[in-house]
Order: sequence, then structure tokens, then C-alpha cells
Amino acid sequence: MAFQILLNIALAFLWMFIKVSYDPISFVKGYLFGLLVIFFFRRFFRSRFYLFRLWSFIKLTFIFLKELVLSNIAIVKIVLKPKLEMRPGIFALETDLTKGWQITLLSSLITLTPGTLVIDVSEDNKILFVHAMDIGEVEEEINSIKNTFERAILEVSR
Amino acid sequence: MNVSVIVDFLIGFLILAGALLCLIAAFGVIRLPDVYTRNHAASKAATLGVMFILLGTFIYFYAFEGHFNSRLILGIVFLFMTSPISGHLINRAAYNSGVKLWDKSVRDDLKKYNSNLMDKSSAD
Repeated sequence: MAFQILLNIALAFLWMFIKVSYDPISFVKGYLFGLLVIFFFRRFFRSRFYLFRLWSFIKLTFIFLKELVLSNIAIVKIVLKPKLEMRPGIFALETDLTKGWQITLLSSLITLTPGTLVIDVSEDNKILFVHAMDIGEVEEEINSIKNTFERAILEVSR
Repeated sequence: MNVSVIVDFLIGFLILAGALLCLIAAFGVIRLPDVYTRNHAASKAATLGVMFILLGTFIYFYAFEGHFNSRLILGIVFLFMTSPISGHLINRAAYNSGVKLWDKSVRDDLKKYNSNLMDKSSAD
């Protein structure tokens, strides 16, 4: 991905040199033409066309923001309820992610989702231990949320 | 209804909502029974509360003074990155130093995992 961006910037500079006009507007024009060139030659690169990857990253950011707001609403509900009737607990979550940054990102996302907080990651980086505010009924739902997060992270790193 | 009125309402809403969320986080820290559940309240509600207040401040200075303060945006991003990790570290430190869960807690997979690990290492 970094290589494609660098190539795109190089193409933009090439455009500026060809046009003999060194202002931001011709840089932007050259960047757009370079984007087109890279899009047409995308099958010669090892990774995906980088705008697709950027797009999945933006999607991930929006998931992040949405979950942050939802988790806050859940917390407010629990705190302001007159009786404390939650059932907290720790459950194990097996993950398919392998790289360090992916696991860090996943655990930050889990920490910001409604009612879950990562306590520990096992030595071999395969199991996350998650403390849930209200286990039992939500476990299935939480697992489905994890699946969407995991899929979004895999989408970004593909 | 012109734009500046809408911006006024937006700023007021953001700052009040942020302050309210911080207040609720403080209530949560007082009311909830053990370290782990308290940490839920402190690490989520307070994060979003402070982010709302910073965002409201940013919009205020941008709309009324025409001053684009990029430090507030950076502050939001830094808070967003660091607060879940600090919550995780506090929880982990509490667990590893043996702080007990609330007595109504239902499951503890980490305990099982750790005792399995101990059994294995003693068997070797």
C-alpha cells in the first residue's frame, strides 16, 4: 500500500515536470491521473488497489465511532438503573488474527463496544479474555459483533 | 432558522452532553460493585464525555473566533487511542494482583486457563 502511494506521488511530480507548472493544482491533477494509471495497472501489484483498502479503513473508523456511542448508552442505562441486576463475568474469545497491530486494534474495538473490556491476551496471541458487564444473554450478540470487527480488520489488512 | 443558531445549539448540546456523560461516569464509579465493572464506566463514558467537550470547544472557537485549533483535534485523537489501552492495563494489573471479581459474577475462563497453564508447567 505504501509503495502504491509513493508511486502515485511520483507520478504526480512527473505530471508537474511535464507541464512545467509547479503549483498545488497541477499536483492534484497529476495525482488524479496517477490514480487512474495505478487503477488500470492494479493487477501488477501484489496488494489490492490502495483506495479499496483506504475505503475499508474509513468503514472501520465509522464502526468504531458507532460502537463508542452505543457503548455509552448501554453504560448510562446500567448505571442509572435503580437496581443493579447485571451478571458480570470473564469469557474467552478465540481470534483468527495473527499480527500484533491487528490484535491491538481488535482489543481496542472490543474495549469500546457495549459492556465488554479486554483483560488479558494469552501467551500465544490466540485467545482474548474479555470481561463482560452482562454475560448470559448478550454473549451470542457480542460474538456476532466480534465477527463483524474481525472481518473489518481482515478486510483492511488484506 | 439560520446556520449560526444551529451551530449554537450544536455547541451547547455537545458540551452539556459531555458534562453529563462525565457525571454519569462518576456515578458509575461510585455505584458499581467491583474494579472491573467500575472500569467499564470510567473507561467508556468518561472518554466520550471528554471527547464531546473538546469537540464543542473546537467548534466554538472555529465558528465564533475563526480560529482553527488543530491541537483540540489532536487531543481527541490521542484520547481515542489511549483510553481503551489504559482501561485494559488497569484491569489486567488488578487481575494479576489477585483482585476478586464481584461475588455475583458468573464465569471466569481466565482462571481456568491460568490453572491449566500451571498444571502443565508442574507436569513438565
